[in-house]
Amino acid sequence: MIVAGCDIGSLSAKAVIMDNNKIMGTGIIRAGTNPFESADEVMKIALNDSDLGMDDIKVIVTTGYGKEMVPFANAAESEIVCHARGAFWNQPGVRTVIDIGGQDAKAMRLDENGKVIRYLYNDKCASGTGRFLEVMAEALEVKLEDMGKISARSKEKVVLSNQCVIFAETEVVSLVNEGKEVPDIIKGLHKAMAGRIAAMAFSIGVEDDIVMTGGGAKNSGLFNALSDSLRKPLKAMNGIDPQINGALGAALAATDIAKQSQFDGPIRRPNSTAQFDGPIRRIDKV
Amino acid sequence: MSFVAGCDVGSLTSKAVIMNNGRIVSSALMRSKAKPQISAEAVMGDALKKAGISMDDINFCVGTGYGRKNISFVDKTISEIACHGKGARWLVPTAKTIIDIGGQDCKAVRLDQNGSVVKFVANDKCASGTGRFLEVMARLLQVTIDELGKLSKKSNSPITLSSTCTVWAQADIIKYLNSGHKLEDIGAGVNSAMAKRAAILANSVGVEQDIIMTGGVAKNEGVVHDLEKLLGRKIKRTRKADPQTAGAIGAALFATESINGRS
Repeated sequence: MIVAGCDIGSLSAKAVIMDNNKIMGTGIIRAGTNPFESADEVMKIALNDSDLGMDDIKVIVTTGYGKEMVPFANAAESEIVCHARGAFWNQPGVRTVIDIGGQDAKAMRLDENGKVIRYLYNDKCASGTGRFLEVMAEALEVKLEDMGKISARSKEKVVLSNQCVIFAETEVVSLVNEGKEVPDIIKGLHKAMAGRIAAMAFSIGVEDDIVMTGGGAKNSGLFNALSDSLRKPLKAMNGIDPQINGALGAALAATDIAKQSQFDGPIRRPNSTAQFDGPIRRIDKV
Repeated sequence: MSFVAGCDVGSLTSKAVIMNNGRIVSSALMRSKAKPQISAEAVMGDALKKAGISMDDINFCVGTGYGRKNISFVDKTISEIACHGKGARWLVPTAKTIIDIGGQDCKAVRLDQNGSVVKFVANDKCASGTGRFLEVMARLLQVTIDELGKLSKKSNSPITLSSTCTVWAQADIIKYLNSGHKLEDIGAGVNSAMAKRAAILANSVGVEQDIIMTGGVAKNEGVVHDLEKLLGRKIKRTRKADPQTAGAIGAALFATESINGRS
């Protein structure tokens, strides 16, 4: 029973192909402005990765910002549910999931059956989301994906006094002008961002095990800083890229739908005429 | 002649006011430089030149604002709240509510009839609702801050910004620009978003008449007008002096009190 989960986020699109709860292939791309095209492209990559074709897929479930705008999807599932499911499948001991996406941050508390009992979601303020580090990487002229590595070279403590992206950007520029070292500034930024995320997590109550997911979890500096702020060890996802967690949860939801269906062939997908009319936030360069 | 001065070194602009016997002799305003000391010297120099006097003629100088601790030539430093309150009451003696929107913060102050501070709230944590928000948006729209304020009047159907966060609002603006909305409608939407944030702050101290707006954003007629609509009350305009110099005026008034007390 082959199914797919497709997570159309604000900055990246992810897809996971599963066969009987086994991951067959995955894909991650930077999302374009059109969610349908992003979904199409990332699905092709994941299918290629798993040596399968679109016709082999019985059910496709989407999630993420662009979930409603993918014509070939059978169903759309909420990001919260998908992230909780993915993390629980990967780490059954998980009770708290902290997901840092490109333009949002979520904290979820799960019961022992993996059911979400509380969650909090921030997409109102860019601070505490991936966008924060993206802006700072640009200001410091380093690559976003290198920030973790660079921060490991920090020798001196730098404290950022601002959490607002706009104010912190100015602060970063003045710290550079004052002669502070880039690794020290980046470490300070990770700490500031972790403080913001931890405050959100504490407000829903943090219980072990804590798993960090999303693109933010790939940043070792942020991962360690968050662990410090929570004063508890964090767990990484086991053997898979934490950024595909949402798509993984969607694929698990697709498995449920496929099981309920009595037909063997692919479930006929609605001929959606959905068109992109802009609820996805995206800025490439300002 | 007993000249006194007030110097307000803000995050984005620096202001200086020179007074003599409770009257403004000259004032200066300029964009803040990298270091508060340099900004203070430059803006004071400008004000002194306009007054045709030198630093030696100043009997007492009070510093205020963000960079006040780093000015060498001041005799005393006084908090922004106190100076803005003082300056606002000088501009409008009946003022009971002051809404001050500066470059990187936004304050609402309620005064009693004697001018003492009863309640005070400030936002300097989030760029939204501060002058910085307008600055970022003006840059995006490729208009000056002054032009942005005038756009509201020209607009018939202002856009609504769904995001509060300055970062996300930028993305909204780009979307509106790309979808062919008129510049004045977008600008009006920006001003009205700014007014909404200021109204929340003002309402949290409880608005009482008369209301005065100080700080650079007070010069944005679009924001002032929208704020009046949101508060359901008139905001007192003043011609006595530039509302952006209220802090420096207050500082100069404190300087006057200092020399009067001394003599």
